[in-house]
Amino acid sequence: MTPRTRLILFRVLQAIPALAGVILVSFILTRMLPGDPAAYFAGPAATTESIAEIRAAMGLDRSLPVQFLHYVLDLFSGDLGNSLSTGQPVLEELARRLPASLELTFTALLLSCGIALPLGIAAAVNQGSWIDHVCRAVVTAGVSLPTFFTGIVLVYVFYYLLGWAPSPLGRLDFVYLSPPDVTGFYVIDALLAGDMETAWGAARQLILPATTLALFTLAPLARMARASMLQALSSDYIRTARAAGLREGQVIFGYAFQNAMLPVITTLGMVFSFMLGANVLVEKVFAWPGIGSYAVEALVVSDYAAVQGFVLAMAILFVLLNLVIDILYTVVDPRTREG
Amino acid sequence: MALAENSASEKAHRGFGGHVLYVLSENPITAVAFGLFALIVIVAILGPLITPYDPLESNAARALQAPSADHWFGTDSVGRDVFSRVIIATRLDMMISVAAVALSFVVGSIVGSIAGYWGGWMDAVTGRFVDTIMAFPLFVLAMGIVAAMGNTVENIIYATAIINLPFYARVARAEVRIRREAGFAQAARLAGNTDIQVLALHIFPNALPPMMVQISLNMGWAILNAAGLSFIGLGVRPPTAEWGIMVAEGANFVVSGEWWLAFFPGLALMIAVFAFNLLGDGLRDIVDPRQRT
Repeated sequence: MTPRTRLILFRVLQAIPALAGVILVSFILTRMLPGDPAAYFAGPAATTESIAEIRAAMGLDRSLPVQFLHYVLDLFSGDLGNSLSTGQPVLEELARRLPASLELTFTALLLSCGIALPLGIAAAVNQGSWIDHVCRAVVTAGVSLPTFFTGIVLVYVFYYLLGWAPSPLGRLDFVYLSPPDVTGFYVIDALLAGDMETAWGAARQLILPATTLALFTLAPLARMARASMLQALSSDYIRTARAAGLREGQVIFGYAFQNAMLPVITTLGMVFSFMLGANVLVEKVFAWPGIGSYAVEALVVSDYAAVQGFVLAMAILFVLLNLVIDILYTVVDPRTREG
Repeated sequence: MALAENSASEKAHRGFGGHVLYVLSENPITAVAFGLFALIVIVAILGPLITPYDPLESNAARALQAPSADHWFGTDSVGRDVFSRVIIATRLDMMISVAAVALSFVVGSIVGSIAGYWGGWMDAVTGRFVDTIMAFPLFVLAMGIVAAMGNTVENIIYATAIINLPFYARVARAEVRIRREAGFAQAARLAGNTDIQVLALHIFPNALPPMMVQISLNMGWAILNAAGLSFIGLGVRPPTAEWGIMVAEGANFVVSGEWWLAFFPGLALMIAVFAFNLLGDGLRDIVDPRQRT
């Protein structure tokens, strides 16, 4: 086994306690409802017998450790409980809506990395120049913008004033039919089906919410890219590379860039944490039919099974994303490269 | 300047106070941040005294009016004065975030100090606990906590406090740990102080400056989180004036061009967060000039 494979395996093992903690906390959250959960789930017209029946069905009459065991077993068989308002299994509804959220999140991430990394690197290479000041302004303003407020301002400017964007209602205007389901990403699916008009329609709907989300994540990425690039540029190996007469382009991209990317990849974990939260707000502003707006709708009607299912699903997604980031770090890190 | 150079008062001001003045004069943005901060505090305290209208009084005859000399920020869908509501909301928004940050500061300091001072199993347990909180996307965890504990303003405060706890616990742990075996701590121990006395009276006060920076940087984030929670309909109920819920109510009118309903509370929110972030950066320059970026 190479050292790198061993490191990757170690990372995978490290994710297990996090996963266990997440499951334990979600269990506590589902049992924390004020009052008697059985009475709550039975509804206002319940009799004593029906409450007792539900208590037995939910396993609430057993001890907490036994309840936890059942909770974990249900979880591993893919059962997150049923939504109170629709009666559908929570997992099924989340799975149906997940592609919409992922399409939004990934587009936003691509957009924000595409702007933040070049900006941060250019700011570090030309420290003190106008581009450094632009970077500083973006970073300072970016962390102060409430996501939902940015979204609303963008809607006002680009939909109401300029008329460039379509109305902020969902993934696709009702004049289009949704494309055949392949990846679940409307733009890609429509392109695969060769339907340019629908692809353009879906892309137009996507631009504003993705920009809103990207603006939110731009600041931490640009700040980290600038700081780590500055640190890399001031290190000994860069001085050595310069002294050896390497071209500036090779010094910056061949040496400094590779090492500067490591802290940026670590920051991605925090960025994802912000993004999965901000997703909920952005989806509400743009009536985007993802899992965030599912949770908001569930909150409004006090559908706690659905909300806790959403929290758990997001937490598991986040743990897995962190695992991917850790593995990516190991792969990119030049110090673990096999020689 | 020449006069002050030899005077006794200059000597007294040299050191921390002098450094503060120096940083303020070097970095005018920090001075602006202090000004904005003072403005927010004054508005939060005076609140009801400076509103031109009753923030809850509706009047159908003047619904959805654009900003004018009478109504600086316009009126909302039931004719309430948006300016008065933005002013009155300042106190509630500040109260929620100050209470949340204070809670996580106190609990985080205790947990982090214990972990940093004694180490061992206590460090392992608290470390696991903090890691578990951080394993969640934090805003989503706050949603889950409020949904589980009940939809009230107090629970918004608790949820915001819980998701901020890891940051304080980590800073406190690190700051206590590096001072655990410092000369002054050893001296205090030799002088007959108990561990708790050494920790609380000698080590922790020295960890306070970095904690203060953390508070200020964290405050803006706490405001954003609390407002985000009320934006999606948690905690604060209508017709209470609160920035997040006002933006949510105004969002429906933006598509038809009535921008002022959502814009002004959103702007107030942004300015508050901006002020605290700048203040945090400024405080960091004062406390630790090496971390300047």
